[in-house]
Amino acid sequence: MDTFGIWVAAFLTLGIISFLYRDNPWYKVCESIFVGISAGYWFVTLFYDNILGLFWRGVTSPDPHYMLLVGAVLGFMMLLRLVPPIGWISRWPLAFVVGATAGLYIINYFSSNVMLQVQSTLAPLFSTKFGQPIFEASLYDTIGNLVIAGGTFTGLVYFFFSKEHKGVFGGAARIGIWTIMITFGASFGYTVMSRMSLLIGRMEFIFGDWLRLIR
Amino acid sequence: MTMRGANRPFCRFGLSFFIILLLPAYLCGQESIAPPSKVVAYDFKYDRGEAVELSWQLSPDDKGNGSISGYEIYRAEDPLDSFISIGFVSAGTSSYRDKSVYKGQSYRYQVATSSDGHLYFSEISAAVVPRMELINWNLLNLFIIGLFLCGSVIFFISHATRGKKLFIRKIAGLEAIDEAIGRATEMGRPILFVPGINDMDDVQTIAGITLLGRVAKVVADYDIRINMPVSRSLVMTTARETIREAYMGAGRPDAYSDDMVNYITDEQFGYVAAVDGIMVRQKPATCFYLGAFFAESLILAETGNSIGAIQIAGTAQPAQLPFFVAACDYTLIGEELFAASAYLSNEPKQLGSLKGQDMGKLLAMIVIILGVLAATVSQMGGGQFFTDIHQFLSNIFTVQN
Repeated sequence: MDTFGIWVAAFLTLGIISFLYRDNPWYKVCESIFVGISAGYWFVTLFYDNILGLFWRGVTSPDPHYMLLVGAVLGFMMLLRLVPPIGWISRWPLAFVVGATAGLYIINYFSSNVMLQVQSTLAPLFSTKFGQPIFEASLYDTIGNLVIAGGTFTGLVYFFFSKEHKGVFGGAARIGIWTIMITFGASFGYTVMSRMSLLIGRMEFIFGDWLRLIR
Repeated sequence: MTMRGANRPFCRFGLSFFIILLLPAYLCGQESIAPPSKVVAYDFKYDRGEAVELSWQLSPDDKGNGSISGYEIYRAEDPLDSFISIGFVSAGTSSYRDKSVYKGQSYRYQVATSSDGHLYFSEISAAVVPRMELINWNLLNLFIIGLFLCGSVIFFISHATRGKKLFIRKIAGLEAIDEAIGRATEMGRPILFVPGINDMDDVQTIAGITLLGRVAKVVADYDIRINMPVSRSLVMTTARETIREAYMGAGRPDAYSDDMVNYITDEQFGYVAAVDGIMVRQKPATCFYLGAFFAESLILAETGNSIGAIQIAGTAQPAQLPFFVAACDYTLIGEELFAASAYLSNEPKQLGSLKGQDMGKLLAMIVIILGVLAATVSQMGGGQFFTDIHQFLSNIFTVQN
């Protein structure tokens, strides 16, 4: 059974990789299998985890959680799309989800993306630690602090939409976008390396588990 | 019998010898370890009654020389139930947060010094009852800054609704939307819109769907096909509603079809495989990737690139932006994605909201300049005044949980 599974996995892996050459029937077969199986898998998983696991067991437990009924009612309202005369009711749960999400996430986003960022930027330019004598600061620390303070400030200038990027302001915005692009470059390299490890994993499967050429 | 009776005085002597001489010697051989003192338990502030904070004074024998292995924490429900161990902290630690309490239940605590398998118990703490506080005063600074932002947004919205012009600078990627859709019209090929792989609980998806409204309106005006494969059922429903409204707004409700939006699968790479297939078979003239993207970003953008489509992307995922920047014609970077809908719609509410957010950025810029200058001058021996300014600004932007 294991051998059969490895052959199926190898067939599907090579089928997906064949897309690098061009779209072909082998890829189409693999794509359809992938989409069909994953959609079915997700349906079953969501049914058992949410409808049966969370909702049904939560409501029928000895200590029932009746708040779950609110979610169930909203979910049922979504299904009313299937009844055209009252299909408009399905907009209400959508509005609830979008509004509640925005409200709930604003605090987290604001704390991590704004407050923490600004607070971390408020460091002296010539030293790593507040209170450390200026002459003890290394060039490395000083450059690091200048990049953090300058990069954050000019990055904010770039994302300031109320003023045209001209003159000094435009220059600062240009430094800001350069800082962002250099960050992207570093991030690009880092992520490509992690993708390479995924590719290596697949190659190990093909040449090791399947073809047994490497051990 | 006789023998046993004859031995009795000798046994009595042996027992006395042990009690008088050997037991004190044995006890003296065992080092006496002092327990921790001043055990104080208090309700953890500004929570939902889910934690108790415990502090104590270290044992005088806790000198970091390894004679004490740590402190065992004991808890009893009040009125006094039996004490049970709830945790252990290493030597040198003088506090513990008990997160396994129930709101409204009274508890008492005891801390024991642990040494060589022996425990030396402190006195029992006063009773403490974890309670829920309605307002978290630790977040007062966040509230005030939020109030400032909301006030700015409301001010600028009212400003805009009174007919005052609000200036928003050009955003390059958005200028290209009409051009890209026009190209699809000329070529007679469809438009592909990918809203990312997250659900409607992600602000990026919401921003993408908002932009979809604008794109769909132009699509309806130009009478071209739009194809939107999605990986979440809620996104499918919302997208259908958005496109339907755009078609109605364009006066062409009859041209709308639910087939414009298709659910594929929730599975990330299953979805990507299908979208790639759609791309190479339908060859859309324009591809939009607006929403939350992960590892699939480069796979999609490269496939779009290979079929020669104009590609406009936008996301706030820092790790994926480099791929879009490299492979797409225009990329909306982070905040630009959220600003896009306001820019495109020109609606007073959205413009006012964007302006209000700009005031927040302005505040952040001012604080950074002042804070960094104050910190630097203070570092150079500028005096207590600059240290206080730096501390004050730093406190304003510190979030305590």
